Amino acid sequence: MGAREEILARVRSATADVTTESRLDATSRRSEGRVPAGRRNPSEETVELFAENVADYEATVVRVPADAVAEAIVEQLRSLGRRSVVTPSGLDAGWVDALRGEFEVVAETDATSAQALDVIDAVVTAAAVGIATTGTIVLDHAPDQGRRALTLVPDTHVCVIREDQIEHDVPESVTRLHAEAAHARPLTWISGPSATSDIELQRVEGVHGPRTLVVVIAGA
Amino acid sequence: MVTPPVQQTSPTFVGMPAFPEAAQRELANTQQRQNLHRATHTIRAKRAAVVGEVADWEAIRVAGAAAKDEALHHLGDYLEQLEQSLTARGATVHWARDAAEANRIVVDVARAKGVDEVVKVKSMATQEIELNEALEAAGIHAWETDLAELIVQLFGDLPSHILVPAIHRNRTEIRDVFLREMGNVGRPAPADLTDEPARLAEAARLHLREKFLRARVAVSGANFAIADTGTLVVVESEGNGRMCLTLPETLISVVGIEKVLPTWDDLGPMLQLLPRSSTGERMNPYTTMWTGVHEGDGPQEVHVVLLDNGRSHVLADSVGRQALRCIRCSACLNVCPVYERTGGHAYGSVYPGPIGAVLNPQLRGTTSEVDASLPYASSLCGACFDACPVRINIPELLVELRGTVAEQGGHRAESAAMKAAAWVLSDPRRLAVAQRGATTAGKLIGKRTITRVPGLGAWTDARNVPTPPKETFRQWWARERDTSGGEAGPRGRADGIPKPGDGTDAGGEA
Repeated sequence: MGAREEILARVRSATADVTTESRLDATSRRSEGRVPAGRRNPSEETVELFAENVADYEATVVRVPADAVAEAIVEQLRSLGRRSVVTPSGLDAGWVDALRGEFEVVAETDATSAQALDVIDAVVTAAAVGIATTGTIVLDHAPDQGRRALTLVPDTHVCVIREDQIEHDVPESVTRLHAEAAHARPLTWISGPSATSDIELQRVEGVHGPRTLVVVIAGA
Repeated sequence: MVTPPVQQTSPTFVGMPAFPEAAQRELANTQQRQNLHRATHTIRAKRAAVVGEVADWEAIRVAGAAAKDEALHHLGDYLEQLEQSLTARGATVHWARDAAEANRIVVDVARAKGVDEVVKVKSMATQEIELNEALEAAGIHAWETDLAELIVQLFGDLPSHILVPAIHRNRTEIRDVFLREMGNVGRPAPADLTDEPARLAEAARLHLREKFLRARVAVSGANFAIADTGTLVVVESEGNGRMCLTLPETLISVVGIEKVLPTWDDLGPMLQLLPRSSTGERMNPYTTMWTGVHEGDGPQEVHVVLLDNGRSHVLADSVGRQALRCIRCSACLNVCPVYERTGGHAYGSVYPGPIGAVLNPQLRGTTSEVDASLPYASSLCGACFDACPVRINIPELLVELRGTVAEQGGHRAESAAMKAAAWVLSDPRRLAVAQRGATTAGKLIGKRTITRVPGLGAWTDARNVPTPPKETFRQWWARERDTSGGEAGPRGRADGIPKPGDGTDAGGEA
């Protein structure tokens, strides 16, 4: 007997005493019938909680109206002293134009290797979902966020999230991602800059991922 | 039913002494005890604070346990569904009955890619099968990239905690090993390195970055494997996981068969339970989810090795199988009064602490000295059950396992003593006779303390035996309240035991 058959036979024999019905059939039917959830605006308390919890991870949080996003991005990168920035292919053209005025802008398609990304200071992206209770940003790596390496190798990540992308808690965010078929794409959940507590449990911000995280919350 | 085979004890832990012996050695290490005390108390407080923020924590625990139970109770169906989902998304699924088979699969894939090194994400499953050793034997270096695992690897040490494996080392020891060893395996640590944690983390960042950027093959585990979508999930803090899961061309993930979750929505409770229980954070810094191969993003060759290695043996026990719900958060270690003092090495496995005390004897059987002793490595205080995010009743399992060990004749003297005690205690007359014997001894001993009893060496090494009383309660009662007609005399016999047919239970009120 091959390993697959043997393991399945062992497992089936081990659970021969189970009398409950499996949820399996019911759940696959439920998933098929799902429709994407509509966008609705979160309450001001939810947006506030999101901002507070993101800031609690030592990330920088700025809230601006939608038409001031480009300016906010430029200002943040300038004050951090960053010179070069990589932009995902689907990033808002207005933001990219604003960046061009002041920084060396590298298109995603021109930074194909990890080595190339390693010499770029920063990345600017959009986001897919925000979670208020945990201060989490979820990237689904759609064209306005770029492939995963983009938000991993450069040391500064400026991430723009719209208020209507913020959910209150984890379960509704999980459901929303499924409804939007996000599982067909890779997902990265980001809660603050990278960190470690491996040495005497003292938290150190910034190990391998971007050590500086700036979250721009775009209002209406 | 044929009971599925147990896991073979991996070479590192063969011949480990019984827990009490190993624990005694660990307890003598005062530096370690100090590090552990500080660490466990810090995480405990952090966990309590973030769990306290969640109003319906208990309901989430129940939902988490239910999701794992659903997967475990119908594991055959969900494994097949997982395989189908993964394959449909371009992943190659392998099955491994035991450690040797899993190691062979990983070595073969790495060899086929022609590499002499792999980068690794921290993974309990690959530690359990001792994959690093198997890769080294095949001439392939396995670089651990989690900071604590890197520290452990540079020391040539063993991990002592599931979450913070280098918890037993302090900053000065870490600086010294970085200065001494990093240069032998890659970019050396800066010569002016101090023991500031931020400087140490920076040294690790630089040392590992060159490995991430050139690695072509990565090896990971997975925290969850979702059957209905084929998604694997890795939960981490530092970004080393993202590096390994994103940059190399080939990714091999070794996943225990108990890691399956039935549906995507089950991530709802799990991603609330795990970070808060584990690091005491609302959410861990990074979580990566991938579903097979994603065109143009990340590894274009994705392998998943589904590992049994004793898990089906645990599954076959209708009570014991709840241990397979474990999501390796390590909350039970941090609250355990035994772990806090002995540390992880005394448990003789990569799974230490309360969960290790129930998991190892179930995965490996109770024939070895260490596995037969682990069910006793607990005071049964129950703190682990309260802390467990998936409600594994560890004290219940420990008692069950003690029964198993006792039945196989593990503790003969104790079991004979218990039988004799049962015989005496089951009959009031026998008890009265035994107590009279004790009071006679008490009168002889007087006020002296009994510090040693021949034949009970280990027990009396650390304890005094209580001096027997000169009089039992029953004798006192009979003397003080003579019941043959005394005014306050209770119903019943002279020795205070209600007579049969008294028509009332002692203390019973009509």
